[in-house]
Amino acid sequence: MFCLAIETSCDETAAAVVRDGQEVLSNVIASQIEFHKKYGGIVPEVASRLHAETISPIILEALTRAGKELSEIDAVAVTFGPGLVGSLIVGVSAAKALAWAIKKPLIGVNHLEGHIYANFLTPIPQSQVLSFPFICLLVSGGHTSLVLVRGHGNYETIGRTRDDAAGEAYDKVARFLKIGYPGGPIIDKLAKEGNPKAIQFKRPMIEEEFGLDFSFSGLKTAVVNFVNKAGGTENLFSGGTRLVDLCASFQAAVVDVLVEKSLKAAKQHHCQTIALAGGVSANSALRQELKAKAEAKGIVVHIPPLEYCTDNAAMIACAGYYKSINSSFSLAPIASARI
Amino acid sequence: MKTITRSAEETVELGRKIGAVLRANEVVALTGGLGAGKTTLIQGIAQGFGVNDYVTSPTFIIINEYQGRLPLYHFDLYRLEDPGSIEELGVDEYFQRGGVCLIEWAERMTELLPVNRETIEIKLIDENEREICLSSGLAARLK
Repeated sequence: MFCLAIETSCDETAAAVVRDGQEVLSNVIASQIEFHKKYGGIVPEVASRLHAETISPIILEALTRAGKELSEIDAVAVTFGPGLVGSLIVGVSAAKALAWAIKKPLIGVNHLEGHIYANFLTPIPQSQVLSFPFICLLVSGGHTSLVLVRGHGNYETIGRTRDDAAGEAYDKVARFLKIGYPGGPIIDKLAKEGNPKAIQFKRPMIEEEFGLDFSFSGLKTAVVNFVNKAGGTENLFSGGTRLVDLCASFQAAVVDVLVEKSLKAAKQHHCQTIALAGGVSANSALRQELKAKAEAKGIVVHIPPLEYCTDNAAMIACAGYYKSINSSFSLAPIASARI
Repeated sequence: MKTITRSAEETVELGRKIGAVLRANEVVALTGGLGAGKTTLIQGIAQGFGVNDYVTSPTFIIINEYQGRLPLYHFDLYRLEDPGSIEELGVDEYFQRGGVCLIEWAERMTELLPVNRETIEIKLIDENEREICLSSGLAARLK
């Protein structure tokens, strides 16, 4: 089965063709990051307009690279939320029109569900096939949650952030330190040169009483307080504190909490596998720490290739495939959709 | 009215009191820098307003909706530096929907805000202390 998928939930216009939910024939992404960089983040109205301009050429490119005609497509999948509503509408409208034109089923996919399914795209060796149930740590600029995946289409959110997403904390700290956007990769790079133990930031909500929930707003405030106490960044850095140490210490606090709670979730729900999903899976410290600490406990960590971790349409096609074989069709844009 | 809070708990408690007195079609502009304590205060406001959910940051999707004793529209204009994009987003269309609009980084759309809005300004004094300044309409109801 050939599934054409469209993803426009945030600032990437993406289309992909995937065969049987696993073999990626094409995965095309037009990033708007250059446009949004100058604003230090997404501008919804700009995002929506850019999606509308880019969507048709991107779909054509996905078909061309896959070597497929529209008439050979068996189903159209599209992200219906969560995301920016003006952006979602562009993708949903395009998908509806295409499905209608080729008289093929239209499948609505939750963006977060799509991220989880990135783990099924990988041509994994038989020994590493994801087996249910598993824990998915879904962590991006807009989301941070722990999802217990019992089977296809069977999810339970067992932990989530009570305020900011982890990726958002990275963006806001980077902006506060005036080191650029997006904050994740910039801080990750600087952190590699720094000492993660230089500054002891409190690990937010790591205590037992908070269960599997997260909180990152306070950690961002802790960085602000630390800098303010020293009289601003200039004073801080001229006083001997290194930017790389500050970044490494902040990152260590984020990663410690993410890893600790993921392991706790796996233990509580008797899962032998933890899957990573979402853009923050690109973070090198998160990958290393999670792998090392989980494997020490005999837990397998599954990390999709980078190109499927950030927003993309191949993961939507994969989720769409499993939904179609389970005959799960429904579609309307939901800006704050949950799974 | 100026209030000093000396811990996150005190900030939440003040928020609860504010949440309890908010009225239909009220627009509350919330200003304060990064790490000032807006999230903490809003958690309290939502509790006092009868929202039985965590109020997560709307930075990413700009608007979050909650159901308390009335609808609560929680905006975060942090990413919107261009006033034109705020206008096109239709933030002002939410003002008369019978709910309460709580707008973070409201200074980004001052000209589009209704004249009869209430305001909350939060200032970071030090690590634990916050100065929270309420507009007179809001302050009068808390007495």
